[in-house]
Amino acid sequence: MFVLTEDQQLIHEAARTLLVENCSTEQLRKMLADGQVQDEARWAQILEMGLPSILVSEERGGLGLSAVDFVGVAEAAGYVALPEPLVEQGGVVLPLLAGLSDSKGWLDRALAGAKIAIDHPAQRFVADANQAEAVIFFVDGAIHIVERDQLELIKQESIDPFRELSRVVYSFSAETQLAKGDEAQKLIAEAFERGALFCAAQALGLAQRCVDMAVSYTQERTQFGKPIGSYQAVKHMLANVQVQIEFARPVIYAAAVELPLGGPIAAARVSHAKLAATEAADFAARTALQAHGAMGFTWEVDLHFFMKRALALLAAWGKPALHRNRVVERMLEQPIGPDSLFASEIEAIA
Amino acid sequence: MKLEYTAEEKAFRMEVRAWMEANVPKHKLPSFDLTREGFEAHREWERTLHKGRWGMVTWPEELGGRGLDLIRWLIFEEEYYRANAPVRVNQNGIFLLGPTMMEYGTEEQKARFLPSMAAGDDVWAQAWSEPGAGSDLAGVRATARREGDHYILNGHKIWSTRAVFADWAFGLFREPGSERHKGMSLILFKLDTPGVDRRPIARLDGELVFAEIFLDDVKVPVANRLGAEGEGWKVCMSTAGFERGLMLRSPARYQVAAQRLVALYRKHQDELEPTVRANVAKAYMDAEAYALNIYASASRLMAGGKIGPESSTNKIFWSEMDIQLHRTALEILGERAELLPSSPDAGDVGDWLGDYIFSLAGPIYAGSNEIQRNIIAERMLNLPR
Repeated sequence: MFVLTEDQQLIHEAARTLLVENCSTEQLRKMLADGQVQDEARWAQILEMGLPSILVSEERGGLGLSAVDFVGVAEAAGYVALPEPLVEQGGVVLPLLAGLSDSKGWLDRALAGAKIAIDHPAQRFVADANQAEAVIFFVDGAIHIVERDQLELIKQESIDPFRELSRVVYSFSAETQLAKGDEAQKLIAEAFERGALFCAAQALGLAQRCVDMAVSYTQERTQFGKPIGSYQAVKHMLANVQVQIEFARPVIYAAAVELPLGGPIAAARVSHAKLAATEAADFAARTALQAHGAMGFTWEVDLHFFMKRALALLAAWGKPALHRNRVVERMLEQPIGPDSLFASEIEAIA
Repeated sequence: MKLEYTAEEKAFRMEVRAWMEANVPKHKLPSFDLTREGFEAHREWERTLHKGRWGMVTWPEELGGRGLDLIRWLIFEEEYYRANAPVRVNQNGIFLLGPTMMEYGTEEQKARFLPSMAAGDDVWAQAWSEPGAGSDLAGVRATARREGDHYILNGHKIWSTRAVFADWAFGLFREPGSERHKGMSLILFKLDTPGVDRRPIARLDGELVFAEIFLDDVKVPVANRLGAEGEGWKVCMSTAGFERGLMLRSPARYQVAAQRLVALYRKHQDELEPTVRANVAKAYMDAEAYALNIYASASRLMAGGKIGPESSTNKIFWSEMDIQLHRTALEILGERAELLPSSPDAGDVGDWLGDYIFSLAGPIYAGSNEIQRNIIAERMLNLPR
């Protein structure tokens, strides 16, 4: 059955409630006024609920849940344009550390709340490195982790004020190495799939937020004596976005269900999810901006927070061309058709 | 949340596959919208399906079905399209009226109408639209005047798909003097009843896909009304939900079309500009997204959920996907895209052109996409009317 279990629904709702209540746009604006990029009190609440440890097994100190559970969390993080690194920390960094035979104590530090950034070869810049205690990176097929103050960070300026980007100048040694060889290869590849999948989930949340904001605005704003949301030109624009959202969502969940299977079929589904969701978010943001009229183009209206994040996610965790190539390869080289929808049904051709 | 079939579901797939391999006609049947012969050949195929008890697998056994769940229905459809089996001539009956009758019909009506529908003995047409009531279906003017145990039907219906050769129709009629959504009833009538006159309308490619129906004092028993008197609008909206949401366009149809498109692309890959590749990939991804969405809806319904306004997003998605997919095929065929398959140099043009022309009707029928967008905006997003 392709439906969420009751427990999964509860986790998703709890995460959504926590983040919506604690990450309003008023709070985002206050952080900006205070020159603050992340909020430690909110991060503490996120940790208290255990959200970053969802994908870590119980024997390693996590909640031992699945990617499907984390999709709803990432979606909620996107819905509020969360500044703290919940999606990468819980979706990518912690499962990577938990997958190591020896994390040299870093797994426990991360479970206790230490923020660790990740510099993956699929991305040019590292998000939130200067807010992190350490950075994970990959050199010559090996995984290293280095405390932030031991690294040189070349800070970039992102249009998204809550997304601090850096280029990392590596310094590493035998001591900083966490894994090499096959173990490292596998973890690097898995990190990419998770990064792209949860980026897609985040984009889905962003897309819905943009629609919801446009709906509220067009219900209130009147012209020619009526709310502009009653005009078909506006209705149809927003309906088109909702269609894209509805057909990105099941792909994201299917990718989450199939993630543990690995292989080219599951990988292509992650790429499909990433393409569909980030395109939906981008389309939603542009359409919501149009629905807000000139107000949408201002600093005063909150829409820009979400528009900027949607723009950032388009090329995060693999540019569209990379993901489209993976889909095309699967489409041309693996079985397709009505009996080849689920990865579990397909014997992939090596 | 799971995406895998049980051992029983896998065995069921193999059972359907074996039956289809043994029974699907080797040659394409002649069109059911051009000649009586073509229509009857398709009716014969419906009878063959029924003999194998494949007429409508979700219906209860006593009504000619197998009492299977929606996941098995999807598997059946997947194998049906995989086998390239003939288009269901009775789709208005089995996919639209059938499910509505399950919900609103009396036990007597189900026993009377459903087995002959499953058997292909009665092929159904829809008689809803009128010259003055298309998108605004509540503007229906055709009347049903109650006279004791009968209704006397009068009016003019149009765009009735399959009505040229069909046996029965289900139509929307109103009590004389009633207005808009009130006073309507859904009434079933035989198309050879005295007073019914059918006039075929040729589609732009010449096929007689739909008809106008003129009703002049047509007498039908009250027992032919589906649902309560005056509740016809509600009953119709339930049918429309099935039409848009789940049954009319099963995902396998597009997955098979996408598979053919990928095969066509592979064959001509070297002659094509790089943008074609992205279009092929889009068609392939959309077909899978649609299938996944339908699996999610089917699972939700099986868990006790209901079809809601999100069915309108399905209708927009499949109709736009169908056009994009076929346009991409024509792009690959290049200057041969305009050739009819009978042309000496047509090569592998196949049915792409005809299917493309048909896809253009998708955003119009089953409630135009503009109406669907209104429904999404008003009922999903709560924008003001």
